[in-house]
Amino acid sequence: MTKNFLSASHASLLSCPVCHLLSKPGQHIVEKGKEYCPRCGERLYIRKPESLSRTWALVLAAIIFYIPANVLPIMKVTSMGNAESDTILSGVIYFIQTGMWPIALVIFIASVFVPILKLLILIFLLITVQTRSKWRPRDRTRLYRMIEAIGRWSMVDIFVVTLMVALVKLGALADIEAAQGAVFFAAVVVVTMFAAMSFDPRLIWDVLEKPQDP
Amino acid sequence: MMIACHECDMLYRLESVPEGSKAICSRCGALLYSHKKNSLDRTLSLIIAGLILFFLSNMFPLIEMKNQGLMMKTTLSQGVKALYNQDMQGLAALVLITCILAPFFQLSGLFYVLLPLKYQRVAPKTPHIFRLIRKLQPWSMMEVFMLGILVSIIKLAKMGTIIPGLSLYSFAALIIILAWATASLDPHIIWDKISAGDNPGVKHD
Repeated sequence: MTKNFLSASHASLLSCPVCHLLSKPGQHIVEKGKEYCPRCGERLYIRKPESLSRTWALVLAAIIFYIPANVLPIMKVTSMGNAESDTILSGVIYFIQTGMWPIALVIFIASVFVPILKLLILIFLLITVQTRSKWRPRDRTRLYRMIEAIGRWSMVDIFVVTLMVALVKLGALADIEAAQGAVFFAAVVVVTMFAAMSFDPRLIWDVLEKPQDP
Repeated sequence: MMIACHECDMLYRLESVPEGSKAICSRCGALLYSHKKNSLDRTLSLIIAGLILFFLSNMFPLIEMKNQGLMMKTTLSQGVKALYNQDMQGLAALVLITCILAPFFQLSGLFYVLLPLKYQRVAPKTPHIFRLIRKLQPWSMMEVFMLGILVSIIKLAKMGTIIPGLSLYSFAALIIILAWATASLDPHIIWDKISAGDNPGVKHD
Protein backbone atom coordinates (compact mmCIF):
# COMPACT_ATOMS: atom_id res chain seq x y z
CA MET A 1 0.00 0.00 0.00
CA THR A 2 1.49 3.31 -1.01
CA LYS A 3 1.00 6.37 1.12
CA ASN A 4 1.91 9.33 -1.02
CA PHE A 5 -1.47 11.12 -0.92
CA LEU A 6 -2.11 11.10 -4.62
CA SER A 7 -5.71 11.39 -5.69
CA ALA A 8 -7.28 9.55 -8.60
CA SER A 9 -8.28 12.83 -10.26
CA HIS A 10 -4.64 14.04 -10.16
CA ALA A 11 -3.53 10.83 -11.82
CA SER A 12 -6.29 11.39 -14.47
CA LEU A 13 -7.98 8.18 -13.45
CA LEU A 14 -11.73 7.88 -13.22
CA SER A 15 -13.14 5.79 -10.41
CA CYS A 16 -16.45 4.03 -11.08
CA PRO A 17 -19.02 4.95 -8.41
CA VAL A 18 -20.66 1.53 -8.58
CA CYS A 19 -18.04 -1.14 -9.28
CA HIS A 20 -14.97 0.83 -8.11
CA LEU A 21 -12.96 0.07 -11.25
CA LEU A 22 -10.26 2.64 -11.97
CA SER A 23 -9.87 3.44 -15.63
CA LYS A 24 -7.59 5.65 -17.70
CA PRO A 25 -8.72 7.84 -20.58
CA GLY A 26 -8.87 5.52 -23.60
CA GLN A 27 -10.21 2.64 -21.51
CA HIS A 28 -13.62 4.23 -20.96
CA ILE A 29 -16.50 3.44 -23.23
CA VAL A 30 -17.29 6.72 -24.97
CA GLU A 31 -20.74 7.29 -26.43
CA LYS A 32 -21.85 10.68 -27.74
CA GLY A 33 -19.08 12.39 -25.79
CA LYS A 34 -20.10 10.77 -22.49
CA GLU A 35 -17.84 8.36 -20.66
CA TYR A 36 -18.99 5.06 -19.21
CA CYS A 37 -17.31 2.44 -17.03
CA PRO A 38 -15.77 -0.29 -19.19
CA ARG A 39 -16.75 -2.95 -16.65
CA CYS A 40 -20.27 -2.17 -15.47
CA GLY A 41 -21.45 0.58 -17.84
CA GLU A 42 -22.08 3.24 -15.18
CA ARG A 43 -21.62 6.89 -16.23
CA LEU A 44 -18.21 8.18 -15.10
CA TYR A 45 -17.41 11.62 -13.74
CA ILE A 46 -14.35 13.09 -12.03
CA ARG A 47 -16.73 14.44 -9.37
CA LYS A 48 -20.49 14.04 -9.10
CA PRO A 49 -21.96 16.51 -11.63
CA GLU A 50 -23.10 19.91 -10.33
CA SER A 51 -22.83 18.42 -6.85
CA LEU A 52 -23.10 21.62 -4.82
CA SER A 53 -25.98 23.28 -6.69
CA ARG A 54 -27.97 20.05 -6.93
CA THR A 55 -27.52 19.31 -3.24
CA TRP A 56 -28.48 22.89 -2.32
CA ALA A 57 -31.61 22.68 -4.47
CA LEU A 58 -32.67 19.37 -2.91
CA VAL A 59 -31.91 20.62 0.62
CA LEU A 60 -34.04 23.73 0.06
CA ALA A 61 -36.87 21.62 -1.38
CA ALA A 62 -36.72 19.35 1.66
CA ILE A 63 -36.90 22.34 4.03
CA ILE A 64 -39.99 23.63 2.23
CA PHE A 65 -41.68 20.19 2.37
CA TYR A 66 -40.76 19.83 6.02
CA ILE A 67 -43.27 22.52 7.07
CA PRO A 68 -46.49 20.94 5.67
CA ALA A 69 -45.12 17.54 6.68
CA ASN A 70 -45.30 18.59 10.31
CA VAL A 71 -48.30 20.96 10.23
CA LEU A 72 -50.71 18.81 8.21
CA PRO A 73 -52.10 15.57 9.63
CA ILE A 74 -50.50 12.34 8.44
CA MET A 75 -53.67 10.35 9.10
CA LYS A 76 -57.31 10.80 10.06
CA VAL A 77 -58.77 8.42 12.60
CA THR A 78 -62.56 8.12 12.76
CA SER A 79 -63.89 6.08 15.62
CA MET A 80 -67.46 5.95 16.97
CA GLY A 81 -68.41 8.96 14.91
CA ASN A 82 -65.75 11.41 16.09
CA ALA A 83 -62.82 12.21 13.84
CA GLU A 84 -59.31 12.84 15.05
CA SER A 85 -56.24 14.01 13.11
CA ASP A 86 -52.77 12.74 13.83
CA THR A 87 -49.68 14.78 13.02
CA ILE A 88 -46.13 13.48 13.41
CA LEU A 89 -45.70 15.37 16.67
CA SER A 90 -49.09 14.42 18.09
CA GLY A 91 -48.06 10.79 17.64
CA VAL A 92 -44.95 11.44 19.75
CA ILE A 93 -46.96 13.36 22.37
CA TYR A 94 -49.55 10.58 22.56
CA PHE A 95 -46.88 8.04 23.47
CA ILE A 96 -45.32 10.36 26.05
CA GLN A 97 -48.71 10.94 27.69
CA THR A 98 -49.46 7.24 27.86
CA GLY A 99 -46.07 6.65 29.43
CA MET A 100 -44.52 4.73 26.54
CA TRP A 101 -41.22 6.56 26.54
CA PRO A 102 -39.12 4.14 24.47
CA ILE A 103 -41.57 4.15 21.56
CA ALA A 104 -42.00 7.94 21.78
CA LEU A 105 -38.23 8.25 21.57
CA VAL A 106 -38.02 5.93 18.54
CA ILE A 107 -40.61 7.95 16.61
CA PHE A 108 -39.13 11.28 17.70
CA ILE A 109 -35.64 10.26 16.57
CA ALA A 110 -36.77 8.71 13.28
CA SER A 111 -39.33 11.33 12.24
CA VAL A 112 -38.21 14.62 13.77
CA PHE A 113 -34.59 14.45 14.82
CA VAL A 114 -33.07 12.53 11.88
CA PRO A 115 -34.51 14.71 9.06
CA ILE A 116 -33.47 17.94 10.82
CA LEU A 117 -30.02 16.56 11.66
CA LYS A 118 -29.57 15.40 8.10
CA LEU A 119 -30.48 18.78 6.64
CA LEU A 120 -28.29 20.70 9.12
CA ILE A 121 -25.27 18.48 8.42
CA LEU A 122 -25.76 18.78 4.66
CA ILE A 123 -25.96 22.58 4.92
CA PHE A 124 -22.84 22.59 7.10
CA LEU A 125 -20.96 20.40 4.60
CA LEU A 126 -22.10 22.55 1.65
CA ILE A 127 -20.99 25.79 3.34
CA THR A 128 -17.61 24.41 4.46
CA VAL A 129 -16.90 23.11 0.95
CA GLN A 130 -17.92 26.43 -0.62
CA THR A 131 -15.75 28.45 1.76
CA ARG A 132 -12.87 26.06 0.98
CA SER A 133 -12.56 25.18 4.63
CA LYS A 134 -9.74 22.88 5.70
CA TRP A 135 -11.29 22.19 9.09
CA ARG A 136 -11.26 18.53 10.17
CA PRO A 137 -11.88 16.89 6.79
CA ARG A 138 -11.85 13.44 8.34
CA ASP A 139 -14.65 14.28 10.77
CA ARG A 140 -16.67 16.02 8.07
CA THR A 141 -16.39 12.90 5.90
CA ARG A 142 -17.55 10.87 8.89
CA LEU A 143 -20.60 13.13 9.25
CA TYR A 144 -21.41 12.52 5.60
CA ARG A 145 -21.09 8.77 6.03
CA MET A 146 -23.45 8.96 9.00
CA ILE A 147 -26.25 10.91 7.29
CA GLU A 148 -26.09 8.59 4.30
CA ALA A 149 -26.77 5.64 6.59
CA ILE A 150 -29.49 7.01 8.89
CA GLY A 151 -31.84 8.75 6.42
CA ARG A 152 -33.82 5.63 5.53
CA TRP A 153 -35.07 5.17 9.11
CA SER A 154 -37.28 8.25 8.76
CA MET A 155 -39.59 6.17 6.55
CA VAL A 156 -40.91 4.37 9.61
CA ASP A 157 -43.93 6.68 10.06
CA ILE A 158 -44.97 6.17 6.44
CA PHE A 159 -44.96 2.40 6.97
CA VAL A 160 -46.97 2.80 10.18
CA VAL A 161 -49.62 4.77 8.26
CA THR A 162 -49.68 2.09 5.54
CA LEU A 163 -50.35 -0.70 8.03
CA MET A 164 -52.92 1.20 10.08
CA VAL A 165 -54.83 2.23 6.96
CA ALA A 166 -54.92 -1.35 5.71
CA LEU A 167 -55.87 -2.89 9.03
CA VAL A 168 -58.49 -0.58 10.49
CA LYS A 169 -61.53 -0.83 8.26
CA LEU A 170 -64.46 -1.21 10.62
CA GLY A 171 -66.85 0.98 8.67
CA ALA A 172 -68.89 3.09 11.10
CA LEU A 173 -67.00 1.77 14.12
CA ALA A 174 -63.55 2.90 13.15
CA ASP A 175 -61.71 3.93 10.03
CA ILE A 176 -58.25 5.28 9.32
CA GLU A 177 -57.32 7.34 6.29
CA ALA A 178 -53.93 8.57 5.15
CA ALA A 179 -53.73 12.38 4.93
CA GLN A 180 -51.73 14.99 3.01
CA GLY A 181 -49.03 15.41 5.68
CA ALA A 182 -47.84 11.87 4.97
CA VAL A 183 -47.24 12.76 1.33
CA PHE A 184 -45.09 15.77 2.28
CA PHE A 185 -43.27 13.76 4.91
CA ALA A 186 -42.46 11.01 2.41
CA ALA A 187 -41.23 13.75 0.06
CA VAL A 188 -38.88 15.06 2.78
CA VAL A 189 -37.38 11.60 3.27
CA VAL A 190 -36.96 10.88 -0.45
CA VAL A 191 -35.63 14.34 -1.31
CA THR A 192 -33.07 14.30 1.55
CA MET A 193 -31.92 10.86 0.41
CA PHE A 194 -31.34 12.25 -3.08
CA ALA A 195 -29.62 15.28 -1.55
CA ALA A 196 -27.15 13.08 0.34
CA MET A 197 -26.54 11.04 -2.81
CA SER A 198 -25.82 14.11 -4.93
CA PHE A 199 -23.25 15.49 -2.50
CA ASP A 200 -19.69 14.41 -3.32
CA PRO A 201 -17.56 13.95 -0.16
CA ARG A 202 -14.40 14.12 -2.27
CA LEU A 203 -15.01 17.87 -2.57
CA ILE A 204 -14.12 18.11 1.13
CA TRP A 205 -10.63 16.83 0.29
CA ASP A 206 -10.00 18.56 -3.03
CA VAL A 207 -9.17 21.85 -1.35
CA LEU A 208 -6.33 20.19 0.58
CA GLU A 209 -4.66 19.09 -2.60
CA LYS A 210 -5.01 22.06 -4.92
CA PRO A 211 -4.86 25.14 -2.71
CA GLN A 212 -3.89 27.44 -5.60
CA ASP A 213 -6.58 26.35 -8.03
CA PRO A 214 -8.97 29.08 -9.19
CA MET B 1 -5.01 -3.77 -7.79
CA MET B 2 -5.32 0.00 -7.84
CA ILE B 3 -8.28 1.45 -5.99
CA ALA B 4 -9.42 5.00 -5.23
CA CYS B 5 -11.14 5.88 -1.98
CA HIS B 6 -14.77 6.69 -2.71
CA GLU B 7 -14.98 9.36 -0.12
CA CYS B 8 -11.68 11.25 -0.50
CA ASP B 9 -10.33 10.05 -3.87
CA MET B 10 -6.96 8.93 -2.52
CA LEU B 11 -5.23 6.30 -4.63
CA TYR B 12 -4.04 3.01 -3.19
CA ARG B 13 -2.31 -0.03 -4.53
CA LEU B 14 -3.81 -2.94 -2.66
CA GLU B 15 -1.43 -5.88 -2.82
CA SER B 16 -3.41 -8.48 -0.95
CA VAL B 17 -6.03 -8.22 1.71
CA PRO B 18 -6.24 -11.48 3.66
CA GLU B 19 -9.62 -13.22 3.88
CA GLY B 20 -11.71 -11.86 6.69
CA SER B 21 -9.89 -8.53 6.92
CA LYS B 22 -10.62 -5.04 5.70
CA ALA B 23 -8.68 -2.22 4.07
CA ILE B 24 -9.54 1.22 5.45
CA CYS B 25 -8.52 4.53 3.88
CA SER B 26 -5.74 5.97 6.05
CA ARG B 27 -6.73 9.51 5.18
CA CYS B 28 -10.52 9.64 5.68
CA GLY B 29 -11.33 6.33 7.36
CA ALA B 30 -13.71 5.01 4.68
CA LEU B 31 -13.91 1.29 3.99
CA LEU B 32 -11.89 0.58 0.84
CA TYR B 33 -12.29 -3.12 0.58
CA SER B 34 -13.44 -5.94 2.75
CA HIS B 35 -12.36 -9.43 1.80
CA LYS B 36 -15.20 -11.69 2.93
CA LYS B 37 -14.79 -15.34 3.80
CA ASN B 38 -16.39 -17.79 1.40
CA SER B 39 -18.48 -14.94 0.03
CA LEU B 40 -20.10 -16.51 -3.02
CA ASP B 41 -21.37 -19.73 -1.41
CA ARG B 42 -22.48 -18.02 1.75
CA THR B 43 -24.35 -15.21 -0.03
CA LEU B 44 -25.96 -17.59 -2.50
CA SER B 45 -27.34 -19.87 0.20
CA LEU B 46 -28.65 -16.91 2.18
CA ILE B 47 -30.29 -15.49 -0.95
CA ILE B 48 -32.12 -18.78 -1.59
CA ALA B 49 -33.38 -18.78 2.01
CA GLY B 50 -34.31 -15.10 1.56
CA LEU B 51 -36.37 -15.78 -1.57
CA ILE B 52 -38.40 -18.48 0.20
CA LEU B 53 -38.99 -16.19 3.18
CA PHE B 54 -39.90 -13.32 0.84
CA PHE B 55 -42.75 -15.33 -0.69
CA LEU B 56 -43.96 -16.50 2.72
CA SER B 57 -43.86 -12.92 4.01
CA ASN B 58 -46.05 -11.69 1.20
CA MET B 59 -48.52 -14.55 1.12
CA PHE B 60 -49.92 -14.51 4.64
CA PRO B 61 -51.23 -11.74 6.92
CA LEU B 62 -48.70 -9.69 8.86
CA ILE B 63 -51.01 -8.53 11.61
CA GLU B 64 -54.51 -9.62 12.63
CA MET B 65 -56.78 -7.61 14.87
CA LYS B 66 -59.91 -8.59 16.76
CA ASN B 67 -62.43 -5.94 17.76
CA GLN B 68 -65.86 -6.80 19.19
CA GLY B 69 -66.13 -10.02 17.27
CA LEU B 70 -64.82 -8.48 14.06
CA MET B 71 -61.63 -9.89 12.60
CA MET B 72 -59.32 -7.81 10.43
CA LYS B 73 -56.04 -8.74 8.86
CA THR B 74 -53.61 -7.28 6.39
CA THR B 75 -50.75 -8.32 4.18
CA LEU B 76 -48.06 -5.99 2.89
CA SER B 77 -49.61 -5.68 -0.57
CA GLN B 78 -53.05 -4.97 0.91
CA GLY B 79 -51.44 -1.98 2.64
CA VAL B 80 -50.23 -0.70 -0.71
CA LYS B 81 -53.69 -1.27 -2.18
CA ALA B 82 -55.40 0.56 0.69
CA LEU B 83 -53.21 3.63 0.13
CA TYR B 84 -53.90 3.46 -3.60
CA ASN B 85 -57.66 3.31 -3.00
CA GLN B 86 -57.47 6.40 -0.80
CA ASP B 87 -56.01 8.41 -3.69
CA MET B 88 -52.49 8.25 -2.27
CA GLN B 89 -50.89 6.80 -5.39
CA GLY B 90 -47.49 8.38 -4.71
CA LEU B 91 -47.31 6.91 -1.23
CA ALA B 92 -48.55 3.55 -2.51
CA ALA B 93 -45.80 3.54 -5.15
CA LEU B 94 -43.15 4.46 -2.58
CA VAL B 95 -44.15 1.63 -0.24
CA LEU B 96 -44.43 -0.78 -3.17
CA ILE B 97 -40.90 0.09 -4.36
CA THR B 98 -39.15 0.18 -0.98
CA CYS B 99 -40.80 -2.89 0.61
CA ILE B 100 -41.69 -5.19 -2.27
CA LEU B 101 -40.10 -4.39 -5.63
CA ALA B 102 -36.59 -3.32 -4.56
CA PRO B 103 -36.09 -6.20 -2.09
CA PHE B 104 -37.46 -8.71 -4.60
CA PHE B 105 -35.27 -7.38 -7.39
CA GLN B 106 -32.25 -7.56 -5.08
CA LEU B 107 -32.95 -11.14 -4.05
CA SER B 108 -33.87 -12.51 -7.46
CA GLY B 109 -31.16 -10.46 -9.20
CA LEU B 110 -28.46 -11.73 -6.85
CA PHE B 111 -29.68 -15.28 -7.38
CA TYR B 112 -29.48 -14.78 -11.16
CA VAL B 113 -25.97 -13.33 -10.94
CA LEU B 114 -24.46 -15.58 -8.27
CA LEU B 115 -25.70 -19.03 -9.28
CA PRO B 116 -23.94 -19.10 -12.70
CA LEU B 117 -20.84 -17.46 -11.18
CA LYS B 118 -20.56 -20.35 -8.76
CA TYR B 119 -20.10 -22.63 -11.79
CA GLN B 120 -17.67 -20.21 -13.48
CA ARG B 121 -20.27 -18.94 -15.93
CA VAL B 122 -21.59 -15.45 -16.47
CA ALA B 123 -25.30 -15.06 -17.19
CA PRO B 124 -26.31 -12.58 -19.93
CA LYS B 125 -26.50 -8.90 -18.87
CA THR B 126 -24.83 -9.72 -15.54
CA PRO B 127 -22.83 -6.44 -15.27
CA HIS B 128 -25.95 -4.34 -15.83
CA ILE B 129 -28.07 -6.35 -13.42
CA PHE B 130 -25.43 -6.34 -10.71
CA ARG B 131 -24.93 -2.60 -11.17
CA LEU B 132 -28.68 -2.03 -10.74
CA ILE B 133 -28.69 -4.20 -7.61
CA ARG B 134 -25.93 -2.08 -6.11
CA LYS B 135 -27.67 1.17 -7.00
CA LEU B 136 -31.02 0.01 -5.62
CA GLN B 137 -29.52 -0.88 -2.24
CA PRO B 138 -30.53 2.37 -0.45
CA TRP B 139 -34.14 2.00 -1.62
CA SER B 140 -34.69 -1.43 -0.17
CA MET B 141 -36.14 -0.71 3.28
CA MET B 142 -37.49 -3.92 4.74
CA GLU B 143 -35.75 -3.45 8.09
CA VAL B 144 -37.36 -0.02 8.43
CA PHE B 145 -40.72 -1.60 7.61
CA MET B 146 -40.14 -4.13 10.39
CA LEU B 147 -39.79 -1.25 12.85
CA GLY B 148 -42.98 0.18 11.35
CA ILE B 149 -44.79 -3.09 12.11
CA LEU B 150 -43.69 -2.96 15.76
CA VAL B 151 -44.81 0.67 16.17
CA SER B 152 -48.18 -0.09 14.51
CA ILE B 153 -48.80 -3.02 16.83
CA ILE B 154 -48.26 -0.78 19.85
CA LYS B 155 -50.46 1.96 18.36
CA LEU B 156 -53.24 -0.45 17.46
CA ALA B 157 -53.27 -2.15 20.85
CA LYS B 158 -55.84 0.37 22.10
CA MET B 159 -58.24 -0.45 19.25
CA GLY B 160 -58.47 -4.18 19.70
CA THR B 161 -56.63 -7.43 20.35
CA ILE B 162 -53.57 -7.80 18.14
CA ILE B 163 -52.58 -11.23 16.88
CA PRO B 164 -49.22 -11.57 15.10
CA GLY B 165 -49.80 -12.97 11.62
CA LEU B 166 -47.94 -15.91 10.11
CA SER B 167 -45.96 -13.60 7.85
CA LEU B 168 -44.67 -11.60 10.79
CA TYR B 169 -42.35 -14.45 11.78
CA SER B 170 -41.05 -15.05 8.27
CA PHE B 171 -40.66 -11.28 7.85
CA ALA B 172 -38.53 -11.06 11.00
CA ALA B 173 -36.40 -13.97 9.77
CA LEU B 174 -36.09 -12.33 6.35
CA ILE B 175 -34.68 -9.13 7.89
CA ILE B 176 -31.94 -11.13 9.60
CA ILE B 177 -31.19 -13.17 6.48
CA LEU B 178 -31.04 -10.02 4.30
CA ALA B 179 -28.68 -8.24 6.69
CA TRP B 180 -26.50 -11.34 6.83
CA ALA B 181 -26.50 -11.69 3.02
CA THR B 182 -25.51 -8.03 2.64
CA ALA B 183 -22.70 -8.53 5.14
CA SER B 184 -21.37 -11.62 3.37
CA LEU B 185 -21.53 -10.22 -0.16
CA ASP B 186 -18.11 -9.22 -1.50
CA PRO B 187 -18.81 -7.03 -4.55
CA HIS B 188 -15.14 -6.89 -5.56
CA ILE B 189 -14.93 -10.65 -5.98
CA ILE B 190 -18.15 -10.60 -8.02
CA TRP B 191 -16.89 -7.78 -10.27
CA ASP B 192 -13.56 -9.57 -10.75
CA LYS B 193 -15.31 -12.77 -11.73
CA ILE B 194 -17.64 -10.90 -14.08
CA SER B 195 -14.84 -9.12 -15.90
CA ALA B 196 -12.74 -12.30 -16.05
CA GLY B 197 -15.64 -14.19 -17.60
CA ASP B 198 -16.70 -11.40 -19.93
CA ASN B 199 -13.43 -10.63 -21.65
CA PRO B 200 -10.79 -13.15 -20.62
CA GLY B 201 -8.04 -11.21 -22.41
CA VAL B 202 -8.56 -7.94 -20.58
CA LYS B 203 -7.04 -7.46 -17.18
CA HIS B 204 -7.10 -4.38 -15.04
CA ASP B 205 -4.29 -3.55 -12.68
